[in-house]
Amino acid sequence: MTDKPAEIMFAQACNMAMAKAMADDPKVIIMGEDIADEQGGGVFKVTLGLSEKFGTDRVRSTPISEQAIVGAAVGSAMVGYKPVAEIMLMNFITVAMDQIVNHAAKLRFMSGGQTTVPLTIRTTTGAGTGLGGQHSDMLEAWLAHVPGLKVVAASNPADAYGLLYSSIMDPNPVIFIENTPGYFVKGPAPAPDHVVPLGKASVPREGTDVTLIGYGSSISRCHAAADKLAEDGISCEIVDLRTIAPYDEETVLKSVAKTKAAVVVHEAVRNFGVGAEISSRIHEELFSELKAPVGRVGSGYAPVPFSPAIEKAWMFSQEDIEREVHKILG
Amino acid sequence: MAKPPRKTPAAKKSPAAKKSAPARKSSTPSKPVAKTTGGLKTPIYKATKAELMDFYEQMLLIRRFEEKAGQLYGLGLIGGFCHLYIGQEAVVTGLQSAIEPGKDSVITGYRDHGHMLACGIDPKIVMAELTGRASGISKGKGGSMHMFSVDHGFYGGHGIVGAQVSLGTGLAFAHKYKEDGGVCLAYFGDGASNQGQVYESFNMAELWQLPVVFVIENNQYAMGTSVNRSSAEDQLYRRGESFRIPGMQVDGMDVLAVRGAVEEALKDVRGGGGPVLMELKTYRYRGHSMSDPAKYRSREEVQNIREKSDPIERLKAMLMKQGVAEDELKILDKKVRKTVADAADFAEESPEPELAELYTDVLVEQY
Ligand SMILES: Cc1ncc(C[n+]2csc(CCOP(=O)(O)OP(=O)(O)O)c2C)c(N)n1
Ligand SMILES: [Mg+2]
Repeated sequence: MTDKPAEIMFAQACNMAMAKAMADDPKVIIMGEDIADEQGGGVFKVTLGLSEKFGTDRVRSTPISEQAIVGAAVGSAMVGYKPVAEIMLMNFITVAMDQIVNHAAKLRFMSGGQTTVPLTIRTTTGAGTGLGGQHSDMLEAWLAHVPGLKVVAASNPADAYGLLYSSIMDPNPVIFIENTPGYFVKGPAPAPDHVVPLGKASVPREGTDVTLIGYGSSISRCHAAADKLAEDGISCEIVDLRTIAPYDEETVLKSVAKTKAAVVVHEAVRNFGVGAEISSRIHEELFSELKAPVGRVGSGYAPVPFSPAIEKAWMFSQEDIEREVHKILG
Repeated sequence: MAKPPRKTPAAKKSPAAKKSAPARKSSTPSKPVAKTTGGLKTPIYKATKAELMDFYEQMLLIRRFEEKAGQLYGLGLIGGFCHLYIGQEAVVTGLQSAIEPGKDSVITGYRDHGHMLACGIDPKIVMAELTGRASGISKGKGGSMHMFSVDHGFYGGHGIVGAQVSLGTGLAFAHKYKEDGGVCLAYFGDGASNQGQVYESFNMAELWQLPVVFVIENNQYAMGTSVNRSSAEDQLYRRGESFRIPGMQVDGMDVLAVRGAVEEALKDVRGGGGPVLMELKTYRYRGHSMSDPAKYRSREEVQNIREKSDPIERLKAMLMKQGVAEDELKILDKKVRKTVADAADFAEESPEPELAELYTDVLVEQY
């Protein structure tokens, strides 16, 4: 008899984390477009069943008003609630950038520590299914660039569960980025009390020749590339950042100090991306020990195109990772 | 739960006259006295038989095109989000029939296929954009939600809800600045009417007396949210009142009512009266996009509207009453079906974009 461990989908993991947070703390409230069950439980069903369980006072469908959603969430967070605002797709966060950048991120600092904003903004994005230029962007670098925000992206269901719970309970504003094509990917189910602390990376694969550093949607491709590279005799270590900002520099530097080579991988456009920051820090700290300059893999420096043929060309791939590793290791 | 919000009763026949806001004196005498919602009439258009036939053909083309797009989506030839316009044909047909191609401009959201056809754009290159081909109107880079034809004064096709209202205000600003006599039709949905930038635009448009008709296509739903669940004032034609923008509520399932009302609106705007807000009451028969299980409304609700108010059936009945033979309409239907079939063939057979196209058109110059 094989006792297969229970598996859940990424979307389910997010749902379960919110349900646990709501059950644990009556200050947790959720708002967003179409999130209550009557409106479908969210476009991707991530909030399905929550309004039925916790009532529509706590799980509120809103008008299509991102600025007001985030603004109201920031306001209620300031007085002690723990709002989870869902922004349907990451591109729509642009509409609420003022509330995020000028308010959520800075109120604590500008009030000399008198206020806190225990807000979580959940959003999702990801290219690869033909959603085109206004529905596919990865904007984490914008947000990571703003002091006062935490930015989180999980790569598997168990992490999503543990990280989202931590994000909701964290006293700071956290942007929790989900991956739309990854919603239906399954992984081992976490224990109900599973918590993943913010700011801690994981090392899901150990190796000796090169460190692949990624987060969110790039991790599964890092694993696939590492399998392929192993056939060529190259041993990859993988660091999954889990929290993009502020990231776990200690784990990154420790790994690279061991392998002496690194490639940073993300779906976001390569230019001016998170990879540039991490690569730069590695160079600053470990320059003389490196076998080669740090490599970077990201998507093309163009808006995400609609046509599947060129969207595929735009998107970073497993092959890009392999090519970059071969390039830097010579 | 809090008590339900106060509701304004739906407008009757002549909404404008009955619902007029109390007349207000302008505090600054130099500013024209505010037009109230009551300022405009909404007559039914008296069409010639030839015009009726044109309307019929136009609406039929949109419907058959959208049905075909739905089929191609089902076959996997169209990807991404695809929002069909079925049920709303009278709105765009009536409105576009009244404007002057080459002079006026049009902008809308992602539910844009019908607008493009009504602008006279070749169905082939619209369908080819849906299938992501190089011959598509945006070279396959935009897709269903992002299509443009500057030649036809059609400025998109936008995926960010409500943004087109501000862009349309800019188009109207340019019409006025250039003094080219043009008017912008800026279409948006009932859901979009709750975006903040819509009201920033309303204020600026009225303040600067811009030639724009703000067109709310109220199809009762924004994805899964019905209009009365999202809107404190769900009589959307009143949404311009505090900006002194006159509003009219029109039966958007009756192409002649739409045409009649928009003529009045255009007369006012072209006469220098500043913006007008039109609310067209309509209905979408299909899901929000192709992947909508539509749990938020009943089958009966949809069925009931299809049976009682379908804009195409309504016009067909009128044509037959006027003595048009059923055969004549059948010939038309055949012609439309052929146009759509040809468009689909073209869209399937056209080549995909070259990979190098990824890096063209990003900036004006190549990098
Ligand atoms: C700023 C923004 N928020 C949310 C969305 C997601 N979204 C796309 S369409 C839509 C509903 C819009 O409804 P409505 O304005 O009534 O237009 P309809 O679809 O009925 O034509 C929503 C919420 C978006 N595209 N942009
Ligand atoms: Mg609508």
